[in-house]
Amino acid sequence: MYFDFANVLVFLLLGLGLSGMMLGLGRLLRPSNPLAPKLDTYECGEPPTGSAWINFNIRFYLVALIFVIFDVEIAFMYPVVAVFRDWLLSGRGLYALAELLLFIGVLAIGLVYVWVKRDLEWVKQLPAEQPTDLSRAA
Amino acid sequence: MKQLVLQLTGEGGALAGVPYHLVAALAMLVFGAIVVFVFVLPVAGVTSWLERRVWARIQSRVGPNRVGPQGFLQWLADGIKNMLKEDIIPTAADRVLFSIAPYLVVIGFVATFAVIPFSSTLVIADLNIGVLYITAVTGLVVVGVLMAGWASNNKWSLLGGIRSAAQIVSYEIPAGLSIFPIVLLTGTLSMQGIIQAQGWAPWHWFLFHSPFTFAAFFIFFVAALAEGNRTPFDLPEAESELVAGFCTEYSGMRYLLFFLAEWGNLYVIGAVVTTLFLGGWQIPHVTDNPVLLAVLQFGVFFLKSYFWVFIAMWVRATLPRVRVDQLMSLCWKYMVPIALVNLVGTAIWMTVVPARVDRLVQIAMTLAGVAVLVRFFLRVRFQLRRAKLRAVDYYYSPII
Amino acid sequence: MSLGGYDVEVQRPGGLATEEMTLNMGPQHPSTHGVLRFIVKADGEVMREAIPDVGYLHRSIEKIAEKVGYHGFMPYTDRVDYVAAMPCNQGWAMVSEKLAGIEVPRRAEYCRVIACELNRIASHLLSVGSMGMDIGAYTPFTHALREREYINDLLEDLCGARLTFNYMRIGGVAWDLPPEWVPKAVAFLDRFEPLIDEYNALISYNKIYVERLANVAVITAEEAIDYNLVGPNLRGSGVKFDVRKDLPYSVYPEFEFDVPIGSGEVGTVGDCFDRYMVRINEMKESCRILRQALAGVPEGSVLAKVPRKFKPPAGDAYVRVESARGDMGWYCVSDGSEYPHRVKIRTGSFTATSIIDKVSRGLMLADLIAVVASFDLVAPEIDR
Repeated sequence: MYFDFANVLVFLLLGLGLSGMMLGLGRLLRPSNPLAPKLDTYECGEPPTGSAWINFNIRFYLVALIFVIFDVEIAFMYPVVAVFRDWLLSGRGLYALAELLLFIGVLAIGLVYVWVKRDLEWVKQLPAEQPTDLSRAA
Repeated sequence: MKQLVLQLTGEGGALAGVPYHLVAALAMLVFGAIVVFVFVLPVAGVTSWLERRVWARIQSRVGPNRVGPQGFLQWLADGIKNMLKEDIIPTAADRVLFSIAPYLVVIGFVATFAVIPFSSTLVIADLNIGVLYITAVTGLVVVGVLMAGWASNNKWSLLGGIRSAAQIVSYEIPAGLSIFPIVLLTGTLSMQGIIQAQGWAPWHWFLFHSPFTFAAFFIFFVAALAEGNRTPFDLPEAESELVAGFCTEYSGMRYLLFFLAEWGNLYVIGAVVTTLFLGGWQIPHVTDNPVLLAVLQFGVFFLKSYFWVFIAMWVRATLPRVRVDQLMSLCWKYMVPIALVNLVGTAIWMTVVPARVDRLVQIAMTLAGVAVLVRFFLRVRFQLRRAKLRAVDYYYSPII
Repeated sequence: MSLGGYDVEVQRPGGLATEEMTLNMGPQHPSTHGVLRFIVKADGEVMREAIPDVGYLHRSIEKIAEKVGYHGFMPYTDRVDYVAAMPCNQGWAMVSEKLAGIEVPRRAEYCRVIACELNRIASHLLSVGSMGMDIGAYTPFTHALREREYINDLLEDLCGARLTFNYMRIGGVAWDLPPEWVPKAVAFLDRFEPLIDEYNALISYNKIYVERLANVAVITAEEAIDYNLVGPNLRGSGVKFDVRKDLPYSVYPEFEFDVPIGSGEVGTVGDCFDRYMVRINEMKESCRILRQALAGVPEGSVLAKVPRKFKPPAGDAYVRVESARGDMGWYCVSDGSEYPHRVKIRTGSFTATSIIDKVSRGLMLADLIAVVASFDLVAPEIDR
């Protein structure tokens, strides 16, 4: 088994080496002629308005949070589902099933909670209508 | 491979006396390099060419047909061209993160090939947690994409990167949950173990094992498409909205590496789907010759997995792109609950349904699947016939 | 709240502060249909405002008219709206004829109608095709453009150009219908009409497509009139107004055709899908007009006698034509000389930009693309 894991490690290194090699080879071949306009940030041909590094909308954070919860639960569930068959064959199937159901039940309640709280909606409420202010166009 | 190394270093082997670990490491590197350069790179490259050809066909265009026979070497030309392109890192960007983001994406895709079982013998590492490993290591892609989007300091990139992060992490849930029914059935997380639990015939595949696995297959495939940033879920690089999404600021080889990973991942999706649901390399017993067997199994596996690559191309040419809120509600409000039901359903199925009924259900499911296919082909044929009729009627000879 | 017997005041920030992002969408953006810029203030993916900034394509076409004379201005009218250049040609020809009181031969009127309707189909094909592309489906775009190529072939046979036609002249058209052209055009219609249904099957009723367009950017009939929308954008909101029908010009009264309006079949009347669907249905109506026109082209000359030194009497004239983007107004003041004193063109795309900010508030960033595509904006027509 260690042999296999070492193999996986080698593959990670190979991935690194592959991209390194392609970029390194390119480094020898490609021109390098940096000019200020070339190195400017692209914003559809206009000078960029401010930085893109801003405090971003919280929605993304909530999605990430929900994901973390679910993903951890999935990680917990991997061993359970892996041994489920063995338990079934050794006659403890209903016991294992009940445990599984309990666990998924808790998970499902969590999902329903988030759903009811409307945190699965991307836009929680639409902003109130404002009159058009064209003077800000400039 | 381990046996080979043991043979070489053992008593009377060619490399007797050389330290075992050195030989093992060398062997791994050599085999890995062979897989990467002989298989992974060409597959990713040829997929890019084939996708453009298939796409062109569907869109009544010609597609790249100049470089090599039928444009077959287009991917090499593209690679060389991109290698010769200047590498631009915007002054406003975070140089370090900007540079290493493509590495992470490529590692995340190359590393998956370590556990893909091409035949009963052709597998680099048959991990006992192979499935878990694949879901884990593809997660590197999202880190890379998010890093690329953030480091560019470009608003389009940022939006693309964050969309991508939200999308990939969300769809990992239904994808992960859809693997569980298979793991429940086999009781192993090893890719080889899962394939060995199936047979060569469609009714032995997990796809047709029960209604729940049938549904799980579709959930998994759709979620995998979403994780691979494929249409209809290509929001991170939505050309018409975000210019080029997270790779807006990238150029030359760094840009290409993202797409190398995307096309390579397409094959990985196909391979995982084939492994989990479609019987992998299983073939009927035809020969005892190990080499021939390996070749046949590899061929079957490759065709099966490439079929899904083709389906992904087809889907890309057919469907529009969903909006980000629709994407999220599709994932959380439809796919996650259905995947949970699949999981519970499979567990109950295994506990309750006796083996005899199981067999009947498998046959019935296979027939249902065939019926769906037949219905589909009839519809497509209907369209084809109409198209042909009109072509004859028309004054001009059709261009294609 | 109480904590250990002491009353403490808990300081809460008023929600996590997130900044609005100011995005420049355009001028160099893949889907703003030309050089058009939107200054978008977005909170995450949700737009707070999207203000169009026009003028990148301003070529002072109206001013050029004052220097090049009546005949010489005809090629410039092609550039007003290069997607549908024929109605622009016709507008200029009509306003000049109205100034000078010239009678156009009937055969020329038929040629004009045929050319305009073919051009309208081509323009709508581009519009619905790019709509699909903006939503993310690339196949409908190429299929629509393939049919548009056939129309371009036909128009090339007719006038030698595929985009900027310069086909019409003051007092008629430049060239008569070529021999064997009419059966060719009819053959095209035979092929094209069923293809509209196929196009609908291909994309229009696709679930994702409908979800992306239905109930997005709903414009009521009152709003549409208030904001001066014209053409398919106005009809998408359920207002049955078509210059060809209600203020008839040329030989349009002789043809039978319907004016399709938005019905809200998958959402609300006046949403993006309705505007899109109006264009699809208008293509069918154009086919109807074309069939009638092609069947009944009268004999005769195609160009009235117009002096080379064209000097209309002093005065002004305003004509309205139904271009592919709706009611297009041409206003010309003549001072009796060879050169127009003033020309003003009123275009549908320009007025449509004014409502974009209103309808796009609170929509997703991706919706702005759909909204812009559903208005079928053509940037040169906005800026002229």
